[in-house]
Parts: sequence; structure tokens; C-alpha cells
Amino acid sequence: MRAAVIVFPGSNCDRDMAVALKAAGADVSMVWHKDASLPDNVDLVAVPGGFSFGDYLRCGAIAAQSPICKAVVTHAARGGYVLGVCNGFQVLTETGLLPGALMRNANLKFICKTVELKVETSASAYTEGYNAGDTVGYPVAHHDGNYTVDDATLATLKGDDRIAFTYTDNPNGSVADIAGVLSENRRVLGMMPHPERAVDAGHGGTDGQALFRGLIAQFASA
Amino acid sequence: MKARVHVMLKTGVLDPQGEAVRHALGTLGFDGVNGVRQGKVIELDLADGTSEATIGEMCEKLLANTVIESYRVEVL
Repeated sequence: MRAAVIVFPGSNCDRDMAVALKAAGADVSMVWHKDASLPDNVDLVAVPGGFSFGDYLRCGAIAAQSPICKAVVTHAARGGYVLGVCNGFQVLTETGLLPGALMRNANLKFICKTVELKVETSASAYTEGYNAGDTVGYPVAHHDGNYTVDDATLATLKGDDRIAFTYTDNPNGSVADIAGVLSENRRVLGMMPHPERAVDAGHGGTDGQALFRGLIAQFASA
Repeated sequence: MKARVHVMLKTGVLDPQGEAVRHALGTLGFDGVNGVRQGKVIELDLADGTSEATIGEMCEKLLANTVIESYRVEVL
């Protein structure tokens, strides 16, 4: 599988993301935000965590207007896979690829710890390595992870089984404990917790490995 | 010409920062502060003749996230 990791000024999880993807068997290239196109035949675009453009204006707002993001939107529109983690999730909501928005944490604190998540659906390339109902530990590190969405969209997300992960002990005030959501075609996933920080036993846990392995297995079997 | 854009969280969207400010005002002894909403003011220095429609487009595309925020344009 060919993956591209986008790098913005202020990204700080780009290399972790590349390491996690490579460890799972992907062929990874790094793509600078000023590039107007993705490498040829890219299957997955990963939008990493960090503080792109210093979080000026709103988290992810400036990054969402960068040249590469137009190419990412086009990639998603033709059925390509996109994974946005943390700041990457914020960028994906700002581009409109995913519904809702990420607001300041309800307790106003920056939260940096490992949290327990419940896998809500295994019906996606990202979560098929888990069983629905499994609990996993992923680190979070964010100030603006309070997911909000209007009631009608929330009902759609629930009805269409598009909530990928929920927090078992909501740390940030997110509506319906949502930690990660899928696009309508289930190929775009945005999530605040960091699976790429949970792939090495030396870093405290390997619960994230199944996400990357499952994703790459999807392409191997295709 | 100059324009000022006021960006506020939409009514009904919980504003944790405004809530913290309200609480702090109460702690300072100011009674009767029933609510605080915190927003942003963005001042634009624009070429003369920029239309309000263009400013509106700037708000829609970048300055406000209309999923959670509303905006008001004031041409100065």
C-alpha cells in the first residue's frame, strides 16, 4: 500500500505516523503542504497531529486552505482513504471531509494521557482489526478535542454506524463521547486519540497496531 | 476601506471559555453576570470598493467555521 503523510509547518506527529505505517508494511512518502498534488497512486493520505500554522484563527483552519489539502479533498472524492489524527482530524473537519467541529476542551485544560476507547464498529478498513465493543488504550494530547455536531448530523452518524470510537470516560466534553468518526463512504476517518503513538511496546502500548495492520491488509487482499 | 468581522459561537453551542470567564467574574464579586459569550473580532484593511459579498465569502471560506460560529460584517 502506498501512503502519503502530509507535513505542515507545526506538524509534530508526522514522523510517528510514518513509522507506524512503515512498521505495518506501507510504502510511505512525506508530502509538504505547499505541494499541489499527491504522489501517483497513493492509496492512503495521513494527516498527522501537531499544531499546524500555530493553530492560528482556529485549529486546522489555515492548513485546510493549503494547496495540498485541495489534492486531499480530490483524493477523498474519488474514493481514496484519508486518516486524520488529532490536528489532522481538525483539518479534515475544516475541509468539510468530515462533519462537525472540534472545540476547546470542556474543562479548558490541555489533556495529555492515555485514554480508554471503545471500538464502536468494526465495519471500516481502519477498525476491522478489532471487534465492535473492544476497548483499547490510545494516548490523547490535545486542547481542542471537544467534538461537536448538530443533532440531525449526530443522528445520521449514529444511524449509519459512522462513529468509529468513543471514550469510555469522556475527557473533553465531546458530544456522545465521540473520539472518532467516519465519512459516508467509510474511507475517511478522523480521530483525536493517537493510534500511531500506540504501536511500540517501548512507548507504553501496542493497541494501535491493529488499526494500521488492518488497514494495510485491506489493500493486500484487494 | 476597513471592515470589522465579529465571529461568535452560535446560540446553543456551549462556550466553555465564556463559562470560565463568567465564573471568574463571580469569584471577583460581580453579582448578576448571567452569561458570558466569548468571540473574536477581525479587522480587515481592504482595497477600496471591496464588496460586502466578497467579505462574506472570506467569512464563509476562512474567517468563521459556520458549523459552530456565526459572523457579522461591519464596514467601517
